[in-house]
Amino acid sequence: MAQNYDIPTPKKRLLSLQLDPAKFEKASAEEKKQQDVMAESTTFFKDGMRRLRRNPLAMFSIVVLLLVILLMIFAPMIVPYSYEEIISVEGVRDKRAANLAPFEYSDMEKAYMEKYNVKVFPHILGTDELCRDYFIRVVYGTRVSFMVGIFAAVMVTVIGTIYGAISGYAGGKVDLIMMRIVDIIYSLPDLLIIILLSVVFKETMDFSKIPVIGKLGTNMVSMFIVFGLLYWVGMARLVRGQILTIKQNEYVLAAKAMGASSGRIIRKHILPNCLSVIIIMAAQEIPAAIFTESYLSFLGLGVSLPMPSLGSLANAARSGMQSYPLKLVFPAVAIILIVLSFNLLGDAMRDAFDPKLKN
Amino acid sequence: MSEEKVITNINETPDSGAAGAEGNVLEVKDLHTSFFTDSGEVQAVNGVSFNLGRGKILGVVGESGSGKSVTAYSIMQILASTGKVVKGEILFNGENILNYNKKQMDEFRGEKCSIIFQDPMTSLNPTFTVGWQLREALRLHTQYKTRAAANRRAVELLEMVGVNEPESRIKQYPFELSGGMRQRVMIAMALACEPDILIADEPTTALDVTIQAQILELMKDLQKKLGMAIILVTHDLGVIASMCDEIIVMYGGRVCERGTADDIFYHPCHEYTKGLLRSIPNVDNMKEKLVPIGGSPINMLAMPKGCAFCPRCENALKVCLDQEPEELQMPDGHYAACWLNVKKAYEEEKTAGKGEA
Amino acid sequence: MAEEKKKSEYLVEVKDLKEYFPVKTGFFQTVPLKAVDGVSFNIKPGETLGLVGESGCGKTTVGRTLLHLYKPTGGEFYFDGELVTDKNIHSLRKEMQMVFQDPYSSLNPRMTVEDIIGEPLDIHKLYTSKGERHDKIMHLMELVGLNAEHATRYAHEFSGGQRQRIGIARALAVDPKFIVCDEPVSALDVSIQAQVINMFEELQEKLGVAYLFIAHDLLVVHHISKRIAVMYLGRIVEIADADELNEHPIHPYTLSLLSAVPVPDPKTARESKRIVLEGDIPSPLHMPSGCPFRTRCRFATEKCAKECPGLTDRGNGHMVACWVK
Repeated sequence: MAQNYDIPTPKKRLLSLQLDPAKFEKASAEEKKQQDVMAESTTFFKDGMRRLRRNPLAMFSIVVLLLVILLMIFAPMIVPYSYEEIISVEGVRDKRAANLAPFEYSDMEKAYMEKYNVKVFPHILGTDELCRDYFIRVVYGTRVSFMVGIFAAVMVTVIGTIYGAISGYAGGKVDLIMMRIVDIIYSLPDLLIIILLSVVFKETMDFSKIPVIGKLGTNMVSMFIVFGLLYWVGMARLVRGQILTIKQNEYVLAAKAMGASSGRIIRKHILPNCLSVIIIMAAQEIPAAIFTESYLSFLGLGVSLPMPSLGSLANAARSGMQSYPLKLVFPAVAIILIVLSFNLLGDAMRDAFDPKLKN
Repeated sequence: MSEEKVITNINETPDSGAAGAEGNVLEVKDLHTSFFTDSGEVQAVNGVSFNLGRGKILGVVGESGSGKSVTAYSIMQILASTGKVVKGEILFNGENILNYNKKQMDEFRGEKCSIIFQDPMTSLNPTFTVGWQLREALRLHTQYKTRAAANRRAVELLEMVGVNEPESRIKQYPFELSGGMRQRVMIAMALACEPDILIADEPTTALDVTIQAQILELMKDLQKKLGMAIILVTHDLGVIASMCDEIIVMYGGRVCERGTADDIFYHPCHEYTKGLLRSIPNVDNMKEKLVPIGGSPINMLAMPKGCAFCPRCENALKVCLDQEPEELQMPDGHYAACWLNVKKAYEEEKTAGKGEA
Repeated sequence: MAEEKKKSEYLVEVKDLKEYFPVKTGFFQTVPLKAVDGVSFNIKPGETLGLVGESGCGKTTVGRTLLHLYKPTGGEFYFDGELVTDKNIHSLRKEMQMVFQDPYSSLNPRMTVEDIIGEPLDIHKLYTSKGERHDKIMHLMELVGLNAEHATRYAHEFSGGQRQRIGIARALAVDPKFIVCDEPVSALDVSIQAQVINMFEELQEKLGVAYLFIAHDLLVVHHISKRIAVMYLGRIVEIADADELNEHPIHPYTLSLLSAVPVPDPKTARESKRIVLEGDIPSPLHMPSGCPFRTRCRFATEKCAKECPGLTDRGNGHMVACWVK
């Protein structure tokens, strides 16, 4: 690497450098500007999305969820069976079409197909013990679980965000009291309260007339009530923490120095900056809610029959586990796929949008 | 005989004169370090060479993005996981430390070369006492292996750096100490193993001016007492002026100019150095308007062809656009990498030639 | 009761300003942290007063208390002859603004440059037509040297120096007469500092704005200020014209502060004798009795421990708070 040069005379030196004298003219401003490359303009969102796209697990989760959603929307249109319909051939109930294996046909159906030389729509996942097509039941079960999960997550997010925002921004004694309430709520046994409420509602109220809730059953009401009462505390703590951090930023102080009102500061400065965190936490609330609904249904405290939910399907399949293990597998796999995808997506979103990584 | 104006092209790394006789404890040759991020390759260091003489203080001056801290971290091999030395050699007493295995590197760090960082708040572990942290350094790298011996040595070290009541300080946690005190503890930790080289990465930037003065005095004292070499990385020209034997000025990951403090401050030969000196308030330009350097700091993701400083240079030549200037020796002996010097010498030679004819 | 506006040659008159923060030291005990303990100074219109001191001296608190970002514990602040209270502070916010230190956290990352600069206009409802508002914002951007096309970009796309310019444009939006500059160049690179300092000076020439320039870099403060006040532990220990303070400093703290400043000039650095102060700055929770500087002062006497000295005029408006010197 080290080369020893003899000290040459200047003339030789310059000639040996082989420099073009014309090059020693001054460079113009335009020529210099070409050297100065400004970075491509991106917003925070675009940056985050780009990082998200590079994460293989995130893309896998997104694909899985999209497929599930498509299935939920289109399967009932394609499959001619209804979730509560007992298989009947030519109007006659087929009592022996119970517990068919996937793609298996019952005797009556086979006879029917031979007779009219027509293909009956296959039972993709077989049938259950009450002669209902299992595939459509799983699809409806997914629908119920999904919607319950999202609705519950939205409710939790809204209540938690408002509570946490007030507590965090107000600070002082208000914050102290509000957080102690949160601590108390944390210590309440949620399952016990759900059971109590379910029992009370069953005895005293009749929801069957109300359209959606009637179908879902009284247990759902109690579940939603408990969600609204108890499950928002995690979100509240998170939002409060975020607000306490954001409050420290100088741009909040700058807004105060300009004379901005508290409402304006919360609306324009604080909430937009915690939005990404709230969304990410909400994305992780969904699988938690779905899971809660599933295990409540599994215990028999969930959706009332005949409306299926993934948990109640799993519960029903328990008894036939020895002889027909597949009946348990399908709803379980559905639960796993959805919950895992949401969790992975939530994690990946946090990694992609985390402001700490950005700086 | 007319005095020969010597412009020598140096491929060999320049020596700092006297240090050549005693030998260089550290020689950095053509160091290139890059960070491979998902936005692209950030070329943080692009061909830096210098020699550190035994017992000398070398100042590395530059702004943020100049690559000075990355150079220091490259020497200590403590780059972030995305960082890598892509080219060059770092010779410690003749051995290339880039070829060291993990064991040799562990020995190098701490025993031969240590580093103190800018922010004393975050450089000390808040969950361990000061004494624990000193003992850890001692037990790993020196012969003070037993707790009692390490404690005694820790007290000695704290006394050496000027911490009052060292016996009680050993039991204290970092948050109980002030900023200046913490920085002294960091220096004590760095010196625990009596290294040959101390790298100080902006050691006083986060401190108050009066504390800064104390720490700088301390560093000078210790350097005289222990004879170690110091690499002082900073952006503060004031600190550089009072502390360093030799200075290198960095911009865009390259060395613009190197020389003694007098050379740099009184005979700057690079447009960046000149621009810096014009833009800081100084005792002699208090009442005049500052002359700032136009433009913004360089974007390390897209290093321009040619001189890194060209877009911001008022006197840029066409050659600066696409040819990187080499470091040449100036008439008074220091080195600068700027085409304007070549142009000046060329023109002087022409007029001298014309005069003779 | 109408507030009488007193005719005054000073735009800003601060008298004995106090700001104490209650700090919990025990279960039921709170001790006041005397961040600002009796600070007085005056600023003429279009003039710059530099405020220097080390960390913990209370200079940032002074700036924020003046703008009522903290509620003052005591003292009076007269702006253009009018006493500033809770009642009139909102309308007075149009006249006084602030530029912050950290260009990275003083701008909302979710707002575009246009929104950031236009926010004070919106808060005070200064422009009803969109067109006028837009024009004003463009004018401000030009004033601070930003390109018009940058208006739709977000703050994080800019460098530190440019962000600071955005902050300055924001402060200028309401045409204030007085700007508190809280360490506006400390977080910037050296070469950018000069650009921003020049801009501050140009704006002062053009618009006649008065500055309270808070900083810890003495050379920068000396360059930009007409008068300088030196603070230590919540009190002003010396005020004088900038050149006078540099050439004839009187207070022992000022002496050591000036000698501690690393001068970017090797000859001066070699020749100067540094007065190195022993010890650390005491905590404002445990202020020494009497003069707060006496624990580190070479000239401290008994009197210094008993009584705290006030500012006395040593001639030509050079005020010093010291018993000995």
